[in-house]
Amino acid sequence: MAVREIQTPLDETTIRSLRVGDEVFLSGLLVTARDVAHKYMVEHKPAFLRPLLRGAALYHCGPVMRKERGRWKAVSAGPTTSIREEPYTADVIQNYRVRAIIGKGGMGPRTLEACRRFGAVYLHAIGGAAVTLAQRVVHVREVHMLEEFGMPEACWVFEVDNFPAVVTMDAAGASLHAEIAARSHTALERFLGRAIR
Amino acid sequence: MKNLQETFTELLRRAATDLPADVESAIERAVREERRGTAAHSALTIILQNTAAAREASAPLCQDTGTHTWYVFLPDGHPTEEIRKAIRGATVQATRKSYLRPNQMEALSGVNSGDNLGVGHPVIHFVPWKKPGLHADVLLKGGGCENCSTQYSLPDQRLGAGRDLAGVRACLLDAVHRAQGRGCAPGILGVAVGGDRALGYRAAKEQFFRLLHDVNADPQLAGLEADVLSCANRLGVGPMGFGGRTTLLGVKATRLHRLPASFFVTVAYMCWACRRASVTVAGKDVRFSQTALAGRP
Repeated sequence: MAVREIQTPLDETTIRSLRVGDEVFLSGLLVTARDVAHKYMVEHKPAFLRPLLRGAALYHCGPVMRKERGRWKAVSAGPTTSIREEPYTADVIQNYRVRAIIGKGGMGPRTLEACRRFGAVYLHAIGGAAVTLAQRVVHVREVHMLEEFGMPEACWVFEVDNFPAVVTMDAAGASLHAEIAARSHTALERFLGRAIR
Repeated sequence: MKNLQETFTELLRRAATDLPADVESAIERAVREERRGTAAHSALTIILQNTAAAREASAPLCQDTGTHTWYVFLPDGHPTEEIRKAIRGATVQATRKSYLRPNQMEALSGVNSGDNLGVGHPVIHFVPWKKPGLHADVLLKGGGCENCSTQYSLPDQRLGAGRDLAGVRACLLDAVHRAQGRGCAPGILGVAVGGDRALGYRAAKEQFFRLLHDVNADPQLAGLEADVLSCANRLGVGPMGFGGRTTLLGVKATRLHRLPASFFVTVAYMCWACRRASVTVAGKDVRFSQTALAGRP
């Protein structure tokens, strides 16, 4: 387990050198996308996201934003549960060349396989730590689809400084989530005194 | 009327931007349980830093300001419409002040209402009481943990769970295991044994108004709560699902009568950010507190 500082645009070599358990501090561009945006990305393949997402980090987040003197500011911006994007994420990694997915709760085998194949990682941010994480957003560069999707579902482009997260799925095919699920399943069977499917 | 709306706006601000003292101290205890240098320890440390930062900035401690469930205690026969209006007005005002995220979407079109009002939201329950004044409890519950709530119907063959206390226990541990870190562990379980499906979810959610350190007056349920809490914390899921010793902060259970044909075990999962606040209004006297009346037997 190491502490690593990484910067966007993320290159494949850096990403492939990250391992499950590493603590990372990410600086550079984060693009938020959650439920509505994922369905849209896969069904409509919008062109405006391509240059933004290439080598960038995609953040599962629906922030609270406030306009102060004509400028957007992130008030509260923690991660949302990632597993809902499992049906879309492998395609998003392949088509948009995203190098890091940031969220919470981890993702499934299709995403893990896409991380291995295309060189991407899953970074786990602390769920609910929304003010602390919003304080790492130094500039809100732009927003897309705000009118159409609303504040939580819009694609916000954040410049962040030392955004903290933990690598829980790496490009070598390891997943902390799979490991913890298996271990806790064994404990559950012990407590219930029987095998559980 | 105007005053009541202001009071409710302040209640929403308190609920969204601060953590109840009992929850915060449970997390402080949890930090001491986890080994230094682990992801679990650092997750809980960040959670405590965030709580302080949110309080300081008066900003929503979690961006998902959730579904709002209100319980309003008021004198028998008191008109409810003005209270409902004040709550709705306060909801709009609190959203405008960024205490709340615009969080209500039309179910099929996905169009955000922009002000947290919607069909079925906020959820308001009125409870008549014998006192002259008014008391309101509000709970904010985010979507990530709501997605982890679940309902079992006993007997359950997969778990080998029958219609008894051991069967209930099996359901609860299974629910914690299935949630892993996705409900923002360390979480809190609200449990209802019995009832129909709808009442089960309502009663389970009401349990989140109880203080974490209270002891259930029902000795059988008190035993269940302690046992499930202890076992859940040995499952090894840990904060955020990173592994570790703190998977749950509390288990709160209640029981309801049921039909002979039905035996539901309803498990509501609450994230660590169990946001609740209360206020008592008697004439000009307005007292905010963290002591709810909802969820009491």
